[in-house]
Amino acid sequence: MTTYNDFVIRFANVNGSGSASANGMFAKALFRMGLPVATRNIFPSNIQGLPTWFEVRVSEKGYLGRREGGVDIMVAMNAETFVEDVASVKPGGFLVFDNTKPLATHLKRDDITEIGIPLTDLLLPVFTDIKQRGLFKNITYLGALAALLNIEFDVITGMVATQYKGKDALIAPNIQALEIGRNYAQQYLPCPLPCQVKRADAIGDKIMIDGNMACGLGAIYGGATVCAWYPITPSTSVAEAFEQHANKLRVDPECGRRRFAIVQAEDELSAIGIVIGAGWNGARSFTATSGPGVSLMTEFLGLAYFAEIPAVLIDVQRSGPSTGMPTRTQQGDLISSAYASHGDTKHVLLFPSTPKECFDFTADAFDLADRLQTPIILMTDLELGMNDNLSEPLEWDDSRTYDRGKVLDADDLEKVERFGRYLDVDGDGIGFRTYPGTHPEKGAFFTRGTSRDEYAAYTESPEVYEQNMERLLVKWQTAATLVPKAEIHSTDQRAGILFYGTSALPMQEALDLLADEGIYLDTLRVRGFPFGEEVYEFIDKHDFVFVVDQNRDGQMKTLLITEGELDPAKLISVLYFGGLSISADTIQSQVSEYFTAQKLPRLTEVKS
Amino acid sequence: MTFVTKPRVHHPKLPVNEIGLTRRDYEGPVSTLCAGCGHDSVSAAIVQACAELSLPPHKFAKISGIGCSSKTPSYFLSKSHGFNSVHGRMPSVATGANLANRELHCIGVSGDGDTASIGLGQFAHIVRRRINMLYVVDNNGTYGLTKGQFSATNDKGSTSKKGLPNLYEPIDVASLALQIGASFVARSFSGDKRQLVPLIKAGLMHKGFAFIDVISPCVAFNNHNGSTKSYDYVRDHSETVTVSDFFLPQEEITVDYDPGTSEEVHMPDGSTLRLHKLDEGFDVHDRVGSLNYVQSRQAEGEVVTGLLYVDPDASDCHEILDTVQRPLNELEEAELCPGNDTLQAINESFR
Repeated sequence: MTTYNDFVIRFANVNGSGSASANGMFAKALFRMGLPVATRNIFPSNIQGLPTWFEVRVSEKGYLGRREGGVDIMVAMNAETFVEDVASVKPGGFLVFDNTKPLATHLKRDDITEIGIPLTDLLLPVFTDIKQRGLFKNITYLGALAALLNIEFDVITGMVATQYKGKDALIAPNIQALEIGRNYAQQYLPCPLPCQVKRADAIGDKIMIDGNMACGLGAIYGGATVCAWYPITPSTSVAEAFEQHANKLRVDPECGRRRFAIVQAEDELSAIGIVIGAGWNGARSFTATSGPGVSLMTEFLGLAYFAEIPAVLIDVQRSGPSTGMPTRTQQGDLISSAYASHGDTKHVLLFPSTPKECFDFTADAFDLADRLQTPIILMTDLELGMNDNLSEPLEWDDSRTYDRGKVLDADDLEKVERFGRYLDVDGDGIGFRTYPGTHPEKGAFFTRGTSRDEYAAYTESPEVYEQNMERLLVKWQTAATLVPKAEIHSTDQRAGILFYGTSALPMQEALDLLADEGIYLDTLRVRGFPFGEEVYEFIDKHDFVFVVDQNRDGQMKTLLITEGELDPAKLISVLYFGGLSISADTIQSQVSEYFTAQKLPRLTEVKS
Repeated sequence: MTFVTKPRVHHPKLPVNEIGLTRRDYEGPVSTLCAGCGHDSVSAAIVQACAELSLPPHKFAKISGIGCSSKTPSYFLSKSHGFNSVHGRMPSVATGANLANRELHCIGVSGDGDTASIGLGQFAHIVRRRINMLYVVDNNGTYGLTKGQFSATNDKGSTSKKGLPNLYEPIDVASLALQIGASFVARSFSGDKRQLVPLIKAGLMHKGFAFIDVISPCVAFNNHNGSTKSYDYVRDHSETVTVSDFFLPQEEITVDYDPGTSEEVHMPDGSTLRLHKLDEGFDVHDRVGSLNYVQSRQAEGEVVTGLLYVDPDASDCHEILDTVQRPLNELEEAELCPGNDTLQAINESFR
């Protein structure tokens, strides 16, 4: 039986061998044929020589989470991992390999189909340079896959032309390598396979972009003028994306100079210090880091909370603790970010689930930081940040203006009898600030981490200190009304499921799997912290709520219990923390097991 | 601790500067540091320097870390914003502040614990970044606020107030600044206003990173026999290599200085720095020579003071980053946001 547009293909390569470009073209070709695709790069913390895998899931239904239970097609190009790669093919699946040397008998499986292509032999007479031969091997299997899976060849050759635009000498040999693969497959292999693709119209005007790129663009559109950062996987490409685009989009057309400053700092402490110094002086500024960087930034984050300075931090989370698995994903920094620092501190968090939200929330974060005069932390992760994800196109409302918050200029100060930096004039917990150098006589104040009164004067008065800390809680309540509202889908079920960030990717598939078992759940996707009223209402309304966390300790559940003073028994954790992204199968099996263990009724049973 | 406001009554005969202000307009509230603290003399020298330069007293950004020294920015230039930030992290905050608004004069005040211990990394890297600022270290060799522990600038063998010797080698922050590439390096003594005020003025007008290491004795914990940062020790063991005299182009500010050969350094803002060399052989444009001289005198137990090095043609961080002339914090949507049409073209590149 032939199946269309529904499979998982995995490429096993050695990192540093040039496979990323060919594999990327494979995914892009399917995208350009109108198919929803999800890509996942599983790579080591290493530059050359270690195993790396690239996985593409094609799903016309739009299921884009990681799928468990083996792959349909394995392109096994790494001798070192060959044994486990063969083992990971689903029964009935296909193994694509270089059969210049025949497959060892002990590796043969009779439940899968071998697709041998003598890549080395095919390329030996054509490319004399050994390095070139290695690189074109990737392109050659791409050509073979085009024939095997029925990928439109024009789409691929078109991509080669775009990719090597300006390096025309590379186009012809790449096309040649593609054709060698395709011709061999057409002549000797059962093309097309029963597992194949056909053009569809399932993606509309969507784009394929990684979350870090979207964050970098969001920072440009959000008006960031200062970026300070320190290299750390998986966040590095946020700063790089910002710089790459700002070099084009933020140049003064008359003088050619840059309307932004970017500094690679000596460490994360310095990066956040620069951001806070710039924020204090009225520039929109941001940094990007990952868990270990957040740990290093915590002293400064506490100062910014207490001294009430706008700052934006993009935390691309990875597996911890400590260095953990630096090239694997996790949602492990919720607690360390929400309460980063000593003393009483709480930070506003935003949870994007798609590249579009990475863009929107990054831009919004600058408005929120200025409005709330406090750090805003965007909680993304490696899964979203470093993989090309299908996304709604980015959009900007040209009538939008930046909300610079409560800032008094010189004219405003003239009208104020006595300026008090920390006076809560409006009752929302937010005082008025001034930028340095605004007025010759009025509005200057001394910013400090030590206690001060409403006029910014030093004091150690217990009453004044408490009053200030209480005001910061009023501001926290204001923040709860300003962060993006949770996204809720309800059909008045007894149980709900609450999730955030990249757990959204496999959620629809998990819900469909559960529905097949008679389990129906209302859903809530958290998008901001502090939680809005709608989050507590949702939990209140349901008998129990599953809370999906990609960490061991159920950090979102902890935040909910702590901040909402909720009964822990009502919240049931669904957990995954293995460093890959959470799958629909994981969600489905944990929810289903809970229903079984608790002898909860399923809708099918009730109906029958 | 109290917050004391000084009365704002001026003596009618207080001299006014070019912009009609008196020195009182550059002061801050009464210091809460110990009576006789060298740091208060440094603050007073900053007040005098800014007043004499006729700079608008609200056009400064005063940044500090943590410690006795870092409290001082609240005691001068009260019309300007100040930021008492995190221990050892003044350089990063100052970097951000300067990137946001290049038009403000940035003064960073730090201590020896702040700069030579917890903040040594940040210090080294702000030198590399060439932030246009005046960086002053109030260097007393001790941790005052935590009651007298040795700092990293304290000389080996120097004794604490309790009589215990310091076992470790000192870090000379002026030598370090020279070695890493600061474009203006000076050292002075808090009790030597005649030398310190012109140095501060020159440092403020220097385009690029200006560093002044000010030996500033701690009267409470490090001003006893056995300390090499006491008033008496420094007076007895300092050697002045240069006396600088600072001129704005409009009017000469005369200072009573020792005679000697002179050299004029033209500063980028059009002002002139006149150097008086006490030592015929001392060349303030020779980084390596200066470093050698400071180190060799130090080996003899001498503290070399004066302007040690200056590069009048230095670049600053904004030039390195090629940023626009207007302060970044003044740019608005039209200059910052590329708009939706551009975004749609960007979308197309991701299809």
